[in-house]
Amino acid sequence: MTLWGWIMLACVAAWTLKFVGYLVPVRWMESPRMSRVAGTLTIGLLASLTTMNALSAGQGLAFDARMGALLVAAVALALRAPFLLVVVLGAVAAALLRLL
Amino acid sequence: MRERLTPAVRIGLSIALATGLYGISFGALAVASGFSVAQTAALSLLMFTGGSQFAFIGVIAAGGAGNAAFAAATLLGIRNAVYGAQINRMLMPRGWLRPLAAQVTIDESAATAASQSDPAEQRRGFWVAGIGVYLLWNLFTLVGALLGDALGDPRRWGLDGAAVAAFLALLWPRLRSREPVAIAIVCALVTMLALPWVPPGVPILLAATVAAIWGWFGQGPADEGLEPDVAPVSDKEASR
Repeated sequence: MTLWGWIMLACVAAWTLKFVGYLVPVRWMESPRMSRVAGTLTIGLLASLTTMNALSAGQGLAFDARMGALLVAAVALALRAPFLLVVVLGAVAAALLRLL
Repeated sequence: MRERLTPAVRIGLSIALATGLYGISFGALAVASGFSVAQTAALSLLMFTGGSQFAFIGVIAAGGAGNAAFAAATLLGIRNAVYGAQINRMLMPRGWLRPLAAQVTIDESAATAASQSDPAEQRRGFWVAGIGVYLLWNLFTLVGALLGDALGDPRRWGLDGAAVAAFLALLWPRLRSREPVAIAIVCALVTMLALPWVPPGVPILLAATVAAIWGWFGQGPADEGLEPDVAPVSDKEASR
């Protein structure tokens, strides 16, 4: 399937998941186990995406300017910087490290 | 007009602005990951759930296939079903309002509604945050995509570093106690160990499996990981 195909399929799936919440019995979706899995999945996926974007180089690992971006972003977040500033600082860190 | 700006409306508007603005980073990163401006805009208009959108482009940017991007985005969207059930219980939307409410059911609108106790305020908070984020998120996605298109070589501008920062910033507000931190570290390690051995896009699915098993058998609080990227602050803080 083309990239457009996967985009459309993922969009349909995203809306369907949202809508499912409105259709199934409340007690079913709000069972502690369901909420917990939804929560741990969110944490695990975001942690994995952070790692993948920081380290992956094709099928392998590379420790490069992106590690600097990760560190700078972590410091900015610890100092309670807003989302957009964190993203900009990440870009600046990676760009500067490449200039060195 | 003054009395129409109830606390829920004010919180909804401030969240819409803060969240909508970072649509710029999504737009720029999507284009840097090789998506066309039209594909980028379609993701924000139709998928409209920030985490899943970032996941989709993040997997493709790392060399993953379309099916892996689809899987990562869809798994991240599961929490929206939980929000849908919460909103359904609070607002009970009927008829054509239901599919519309579903589309704007995201971290931010659910959190804004949940931050209120009066049903009328919950309703206002949900719709103002939901529609507000939708409009601004799409507007700023387009701005970011056009900007990214004009910038050229993404690596020169450190946009790959921006992607790393964006994912960490999405994860950060969810790391409020020891268990989420442990989950995040284990899933990061699983990803790192798997990266050299399996095709791109598969490590994230392994990490998701570990996280799901952890949640299924775990004993942690039920709302862990279900925090919005931009938390609805109390009215006093919002007007500071």
